[in-house]
Amino acid sequence: MSDQFIDKEHRFAKIVSEQTFEDGRELSVLNFGPTHPSTHGVFQNILLMDGERILDADTTIGYIHRAFEKIAENRTFYQITPLTDRLNYCSSPINNMCWWMTVEKALGVEVPKRAQYMRVIVMELARITDHLICNGILGVDLGAYSPFLYVMKYRELAYEIYEEICGARMTTNMGRIGGFERDWSEAAWRKLDEFLEGFPKAWNELETAYLRNRIFMDRTIGVGAISAEKAMNYGFTGPNLRATGIDYDIRIAQPYSSYDDFDFNIPVGSGGDTYDRFCVRCGEVKESIKIIRQARENLPQGSYHADVPDYYLPPKEKVYTSMEELINHFKIVMGEIPVPVAEVYHSVEAANGELGMYLITDGSRTPFRLHFRRPCFVYYQAFPELIKGGMFSDAVATLSSINVIAGELDA
Amino acid sequence: MALETTDIQNRIIEKFADRVSDFRMEYDILTFEAAPEIAKEVIRYMKEDEVLRFNFLTDLCGVHYPDNDKEFQFAVVYLLHNWIDNVRVRIKSYIDADKVEIATVSDIFASANWMERETYDFYGIVFTGHPNMKRILNDNHMVVFPMRKEYPMEDSGRSDKDDRFFGRTTNNYQPK
Amino acid sequence: MSKTSNIRIAPAPEGYSGQGFFATKFDYLIGLARANSLWPLPFATSCCGIEFMATMASTYDMGRFGAERNSFSPRQADMLMVMGTIAKKMVPVLRHVYEQMAEPKWVIAVGACASSGGIFDTYSVLQGIDKVIPVDVYVPGCPPRPEQILEGVMQLQEIVKSESIHRRGSERYEELLKSYKFE
Repeated sequence: MSDQFIDKEHRFAKIVSEQTFEDGRELSVLNFGPTHPSTHGVFQNILLMDGERILDADTTIGYIHRAFEKIAENRTFYQITPLTDRLNYCSSPINNMCWWMTVEKALGVEVPKRAQYMRVIVMELARITDHLICNGILGVDLGAYSPFLYVMKYRELAYEIYEEICGARMTTNMGRIGGFERDWSEAAWRKLDEFLEGFPKAWNELETAYLRNRIFMDRTIGVGAISAEKAMNYGFTGPNLRATGIDYDIRIAQPYSSYDDFDFNIPVGSGGDTYDRFCVRCGEVKESIKIIRQARENLPQGSYHADVPDYYLPPKEKVYTSMEELINHFKIVMGEIPVPVAEVYHSVEAANGELGMYLITDGSRTPFRLHFRRPCFVYYQAFPELIKGGMFSDAVATLSSINVIAGELDA
Repeated sequence: MALETTDIQNRIIEKFADRVSDFRMEYDILTFEAAPEIAKEVIRYMKEDEVLRFNFLTDLCGVHYPDNDKEFQFAVVYLLHNWIDNVRVRIKSYIDADKVEIATVSDIFASANWMERETYDFYGIVFTGHPNMKRILNDNHMVVFPMRKEYPMEDSGRSDKDDRFFGRTTNNYQPK
Repeated sequence: MSKTSNIRIAPAPEGYSGQGFFATKFDYLIGLARANSLWPLPFATSCCGIEFMATMASTYDMGRFGAERNSFSPRQADMLMVMGTIAKKMVPVLRHVYEQMAEPKWVIAVGACASSGGIFDTYSVLQGIDKVIPVDVYVPGCPPRPEQILEGVMQLQEIVKSESIHRRGSERYEELLKSYKFE
């Protein structure tokens, strides 16, 4: 217990000093994180170890607590999107869209069909990039670096699509109340087609490199498993829940943004272990491709934003040439928009599960209270449960397979 | 047969009579208020009742209403979800500012454990009976509950920005 | 080296060359070696870490600058790359990591959060890591593009190349560390 980052009076210290074995071996306490390279984020896990085996674990979080909810109470609606970007930074557009949908629900804005389809495309693209990182990194943690490098090419392509849409690669800050800031350019659509053309092949290769790989199977099957009841009790949502066999998906349960127009399946697992989580994500990526294809083919004509001059920023040409539009622009940016007193909860199926936003407005420029229901935060508390009794190296694989994003975890 | 909101309302009123009040639809979610003493019982009942079957605690968070009367200054908001009939219900429980306490639900839903700790960290709402009631996101040495409205957002110790230009004074970290 | 290859050898430092000899300052030679074999220690906490992932991966490939080997142990690293928000809870950890690195060591603050706190001007976020450890290069951006991170590394290479080998033993350097309360 010499580590300065473990509390001297930690409950494990007592266990270590009291427990004795006949063969003379001793228990030990291991500090795993917060800067361990394979935690992919800053979480501290204090592990009680018997040799290589984990007997008990204690997690500490909050190492990048950034006070999103406090900031949100001091920012106008348009200033909150950059915050949502930084929640789950692997799939920022989903967070952006969730925020706009929450605000639209509160303000009663109807979004045109075309904008809804565009949102679906960008959300599914974000889901792909998120799962790509998660599954790629899982391989890296198990010693297979090349497939990850191979699919990274397509993540770059997806980032280029975001760039065409909104100008940023990762922290996208995409969209407006009622739709998008501009119609997508030719280049965006062309790159999307390029992505749809090339990515499924690359993804298949990543999948085949792992899926029936003896080492990969031995390292993941039965590792970090959780039962369906427990997962539900712990508040699991998203791929991690579906890996246990429950087919709960908000895209189906409470469709938003025209998800009911599309034909897609919800992949489920059965064992709730690392391998199943991997397979569910693989399946979801393929379904996402399917959804994007459908949305691309059936993209309705119409406007890319709702006709709500009270909330939607006027076009730049007009802001620079006409006084009224300039004033209007200024008012919207400063948050002087008609906001009803409302209490709204809206949730979307983010890459990690149910991302919910609970917004209370009091009619002023800023939210009275904005609470983010972050999927990672809720299910990460089950992590000690997942790794107890397993080997240390399996804990690493389990951690990367549940895809905990530090930014979302700590808010 | 889908679970209607009126059924939910009637069933809960039947059981808890006047301790639950103010049933209303907030957009798409049925919302009602429950007294803090019985909030836990309401949730347990809603989970275990064979008709209601609210089997999933989606969210739990705190809210601070500084302008309310003292008895109603804090609120804990529970969001329950019935996956079988696909219905959501929000329960609000207002707490007295002098006695910021409510019973934990972490023995009913394991997911409440951290959400309650977060609520404590932000608002200082103590969940009695919680197995590990301490701060989760902030440092243990922190003395204030930062999400309460009286505390400012900014860090008090910064020197690179001229406070005069940001509408701040140097001693704004002290609660009023 | 054939003419068609696009692999280039780092240019020789200033010096005198003649038949069969080349004379230059020891500083230059050491600087050349250090600058082209920097071992990065990625201290990635949040969003910028994901962009760093792209920087290390196939498209941008930071390995081209001699920074191929990611060192996850602070004891075998030269270049601490702090990427992402540093919360106050994280400060002791960051200082501990910096302390464990062997001399000579350099620090790059990648992204707005590490440089100045960025958009998170809040009670829980450290307003720039230069409050707790000395920083050599700041990379702006939220998050910076991989090209920007590479530019930051190249800027650091320039610093490393021209650093005197006596700097780390000098009184001024000791004072610097003392001002950050490192013994």
